[in-house]
Amino acid sequence: MASVGTLTRTAVRPLKAERHGNGSATSIAFLVALWLALAFSVLVLVVLLVDSFRDGLPRLDGDLFTRYSSTVRPETAGARAAILGSIWVITVTAVLAIPLGAAAAVYLEEFADSARWYNRLVEVNLQNLAGVPAIIYGMLTAGFALAVGLRRGTVIAGGIALALLILPVIIIATREALRAVPMEIRQGSLALGATPLQTVWRQTLPAAVPGIATGTILALSRAIGEAAPLLLLGGATFITYDPDGLMSGFTTLPIQIFGWASRPQAELRTVASAAIIILLAMLLVMNTLAIVIRNRYQKRW
Amino acid sequence: MSTLTAGGGPVGRPGPRAAVITRQHSRPGERVTMVAIAAAAGFSVLVTVGIVLALLFPAVEFFRQVSIVEFLTGTRWTPRFAGQESYGVLPLVTGTLWTTFIGLLIAVPFGLGAAVYLSEYAHPRVRKTLKPILEILAGIPSVVYGYFALTFVAPVLLNDLLNLEVGSFSTLAAGLVLGVMIIPTVASLSEDAMSAVPQALRHGSFALGANRMRTTLRVVFPAAVSGIMASIVLALSRAIGETMIVALAAGTQPRMVASPLEAGQTMTGFIAQTATGESTPGTLSYDTLYAVGLALFVLTLVINIISIRLVRRFREAY
Repeated sequence: MASVGTLTRTAVRPLKAERHGNGSATSIAFLVALWLALAFSVLVLVVLLVDSFRDGLPRLDGDLFTRYSSTVRPETAGARAAILGSIWVITVTAVLAIPLGAAAAVYLEEFADSARWYNRLVEVNLQNLAGVPAIIYGMLTAGFALAVGLRRGTVIAGGIALALLILPVIIIATREALRAVPMEIRQGSLALGATPLQTVWRQTLPAAVPGIATGTILALSRAIGEAAPLLLLGGATFITYDPDGLMSGFTTLPIQIFGWASRPQAELRTVASAAIIILLAMLLVMNTLAIVIRNRYQKRW
Repeated sequence: MSTLTAGGGPVGRPGPRAAVITRQHSRPGERVTMVAIAAAAGFSVLVTVGIVLALLFPAVEFFRQVSIVEFLTGTRWTPRFAGQESYGVLPLVTGTLWTTFIGLLIAVPFGLGAAVYLSEYAHPRVRKTLKPILEILAGIPSVVYGYFALTFVAPVLLNDLLNLEVGSFSTLAAGLVLGVMIIPTVASLSEDAMSAVPQALRHGSFALGANRMRTTLRVVFPAAVSGIMASIVLALSRAIGETMIVALAAGTQPRMVASPLEAGQTMTGFIAQTATGESTPGTLSYDTLYAVGLALFVLTLVINIISIRLVRRFREAY
């Protein structure tokens, strides 16, 4: 009978498909390929870390932290000026970028009417700024410094360049943290008679602080490893004094590493890898801090 | 968290009419604050305008002395050979093209593979332990990658292990490491796109008898394709704009690069090298920097706009 025939035929199909199930040779080959893709990243990471540490660990001594860079005596060259310079510049960056980024994020997330053309312009502009090459921010700052008569190779110029670079990142992170705060908290505050700004300042922002802190620290850790924009500001790699103010000359760890690594002397390459260890340690501390804040203080609504 | 009663509204008074509440946004100073935070948002537009102006003025100065045609079609880039200066940007472009091409050749397959595994195969717990590895990879400073390319990839991996004839500088070494650096860009954005594909589509495919591989390749992948494309385009833009790796490992001699084993200079590499040397504002050498910078900015701007368009399309899909 026809109907029985079609029944058995349709019953056969799933069986056929099962033969090509997740255990078939192509499926397993596919899965193995995926595994290898992920394993490749892990492998490179391990090799990179081992390579840097093997070169640099023997050189991770007192000289590195207390002495200045030297081409005459590379075997005792130190990264003192670079470590202090990194701290100076990143502090200036944080002071400039965090308030500006947070304010912009509050406006865009809490008040901006996305139907208005100027608000949409800001949105698209931010997306685009996030994709502008880092080195362009250095060129912008160099041009700005020239226009206002600021000396290029100063702590303040470096801070401005890095602040501009991470501003879009901070704005995006802050907006996400604000978005995660439930509407009910805002509505409750408004219902009690608070103005929209009071609601933001006393309810929404405090509730979003852990998320903002996490995003901001991650953005700053990107800034601390960045060298390209600072190269445009003079890129001094042989500073032999401690930076002591906003108008002081400076070098940072990534610039110093670049300066050392691009020279042929083996001793300078060794000290570059020792400086890389310091830089990675700084990043590790910042990232750990970000993760701790995220895990301990972030609320799940 | 402050308490709810901390709000400065009329808590003690009997509830005012709703109309009063909505009209209340004019406490002293609030208007000023609103203007200030709106200005902070508007500042980002000012940054873009600043970038365009900062690049344009020196670039215009440059193009007064060098014709645009010579700049865009010339094959010799020798701005510092006194007496026979030549300003053809093509050598720098070939350098950038090679490092970018090699970078994408690494980042696209490895990044997509990792994304597919994390999104379609990995147990949530496995994903939670593996994803941070990609985040670490993304967090390593580019100068560290540059050092790695210079001291490990070129001499040990390419020369000793693979027996390739490369010097200490090559676009191959720089491109390979560049590729590793942008793997996380491809992986995390593609994973987002694939995770955004509704579960119902997968269930439908399974119900028709397709296995996981077929479902991934024929259902999830096509549904997420605009997000995946956006991730690749974004990685492309990052590869073109990356500076420290190519400045350290690609080489400092601008020339037409014909093979990846050769050394060559990229656009960003030229900017970095010239900036660290002596270049005083107002000289042609300084303006040269900005002409290349402008070309770089326009190139990445076009690519970014394509990427933003693509992302918008995949967001609207579901």
